Amino acid sequence: MSPTVKLLQGNEACVEGALAAGLRFFAGYPITPSTEIAEALSERLPRVGGRFIQMEDEIASMAAVIGASLTGAKAMTATSGPGFSLKQENLGFAMLTEVPCVVVNVMRGGPSTGLPTSPAQADVMQARWGTHGDHPVIALYPASVPEVYEVTIKAFNLAEKFRTPVILLMDEVIGHMRERIELPDTPPVPVVERQRPTVPKEDYLPYDNSQDVPPLASFGDGYRFHVTGLIHDQKGYPTSAPAKVEALLTRLQNKIQSNLDEILMWETIGMEDAEVAVFAYGATARSAVRAVRIAREQGIKVGLLRPITIWPFPDKLISQYTSQLKALIVAEMNLGQLVDEVERATKGQVPIKRVLQANGELIAPDTILRAVLEVK
Amino acid sequence: MLAEKYLRDAMMPHIWCPGCGHGIILQAVLRAIEKAGLDQDKTVIVSGIGCSSRASGYVNFDTLHTTHGRALAFATGVKLAKPELNVIVLTGDGDALAIGGNHFIHACRRNIDITTIVFNNSIYGMTSGQYSPMTPAGKFATTSPYGNIDRNFDVCELAKAAGATYVARSTAYHAASMPDLIVKAIKNKGFSVVEAISQCPTYYGRRNKMGSAVDMLNWQKENTVNVAAAARLQPEQLAGKIIIGELYNNPAPEFTQQYEELIARLQGGEE
Ligand SMILES: Cc1ncc(C[n+]2csc(CCOP(=O)(O)OP(=O)(O)O)c2C)c(N)n1
Ligand code: SF4
Repeated sequence: MSPTVKLLQGNEACVEGALAAGLRFFAGYPITPSTEIAEALSERLPRVGGRFIQMEDEIASMAAVIGASLTGAKAMTATSGPGFSLKQENLGFAMLTEVPCVVVNVMRGGPSTGLPTSPAQADVMQARWGTHGDHPVIALYPASVPEVYEVTIKAFNLAEKFRTPVILLMDEVIGHMRERIELPDTPPVPVVERQRPTVPKEDYLPYDNSQDVPPLASFGDGYRFHVTGLIHDQKGYPTSAPAKVEALLTRLQNKIQSNLDEILMWETIGMEDAEVAVFAYGATARSAVRAVRIAREQGIKVGLLRPITIWPFPDKLISQYTSQLKALIVAEMNLGQLVDEVERATKGQVPIKRVLQANGELIAPDTILRAVLEVK
Repeated sequence: MLAEKYLRDAMMPHIWCPGCGHGIILQAVLRAIEKAGLDQDKTVIVSGIGCSSRASGYVNFDTLHTTHGRALAFATGVKLAKPELNVIVLTGDGDALAIGGNHFIHACRRNIDITTIVFNNSIYGMTSGQYSPMTPAGKFATTSPYGNIDRNFDVCELAKAAGATYVARSTAYHAASMPDLIVKAIKNKGFSVVEAISQCPTYYGRRNKMGSAVDMLNWQKENTVNVAAAARLQPEQLAGKIIIGELYNNPAPEFTQQYEELIARLQGGEE
């Protein structure tokens, strides 16, 4: 059958992607500019036998999502800045206890209540370090409505495959903008299911350190396992024995770091002969694409580096081009967050020009173009 | 044997101090689970953070030891996602009513089929004895060195007012009769709260010169009146007494059941 063609918002495409990935549980608390996700899922989920609940706050929403996921359901929550702050403690719980789920943050201007209806990219560092303690993190950030659909499916896939929460970032522009999208009958990327234990129940180790990602049983399946936010041994029981602590924390890092090839996604435009590159993501990348095009028309050798996975930070996206670049422009809707990561990845080999803006307005193509003309 | 069937050997010894009431209450919970005939593989125990909340780790079910105050929110996700599971929440007075107070009232309001046991020792035991929302006015704690001027909650009145459909109170001293109350709480298809008054001889008892654990158990005996007996007493006679027993039992439509009906209705193609 031919795909259904629709005109959708990013938030609606996120809903379609989540359902295509097998979402069966959503808990949330309304907040602009993410609310459309909750509204659509309150309507859609019961129709497919899934469950929606509006919790009393974002702390509870994050908690309910973890509880639901432990019963085997693919689970998601969606929020914006203030709510993302509230989710942090339980997000860390999900990372340590290795419970798959997807946490959407449609970013608005901050800090605090900030600019509720304006776009921003000021939570990218919070996505990395918002919860306390050393922890791995996967955060994805699509830049168009069709890409939101596909990346949402991938977010679920990574969550289930690596037994971890995955943060899906958007900004107000991506969340609310409408674009044409084709929704195929079967998902454009294969849907990944969680690995279940196959060992006899007595032998089940929910935190088996001999593999990167131990299989996860579901509550109610008879494994009778323990899940705790305390540092735990392979059985899931609390421990403070240094060797066991280290074994767990190391595996948590390794399961992400040793699978970067599968986790890192990016797009480049015109990098083959580029002497100048623009690094941009989300809505800012859309302005950057336009700036790169205009500059190319003027004969300037410029390209685009657009990370889709922003955590773990895709060092390789930068490092593979450092030798050919005379200058690197980093454009982001904040006062300087990922730019420091880019700088680290260049190892000081390329001068960096910062195009930073946090006034609630999109960075215009012209602003980026001017920077290109300055450094070329 | 109850212990053999329901306790996790590998988790022993437990962390509780000698004389702590939490173990007595946990035993009453396990007796109730046995009496109610719950399937061990279909029962999930969820707890928050505190001495009392450590109980989840000691028992042989699917168990979820969550973040401070949030047990009910996690439990809500478990129950709604898989309604055939029996969900029991074990929580402390601080866990349930301070940091978790908002989740508590909303779980009551929703009347979701979860049984909550509040281990009330009138103190934050885990963090060494600060006052809690259940510390009576005038009592001493490490953070109320001059006597507590905060008023305390009556968790049973709070639960009733917020919409819980089964509410009961017992004490560690009344461990023999507590399981029957918990059985009824489990059988109630809706949100049930059992306040289980516990003793913390280490912090609350010592600070307030209440004597040994045995003295504290005697205090529980002397200062409580069963709800049936209380009905025959004058208000003056009840002054300062704590009423125990079944305090409220008034079934109402349950949340997950209504959600199941919604799914059935939508999938039946009626809309
Ligand atoms: C967010 C957060 N704040 C504070 C704490 C510290 N803390 C741990 S247990 C506890 C109080 C527990 O008291 P209660 O629930 O009454 O249980 P008890 O230990 O008395 O059984 C506190 C404040 C924490 N773990 N997490
Ligand atoms: S500190 Fe108090 S509540 Fe905690 S285990 Fe000891 S006696 Fe029990």
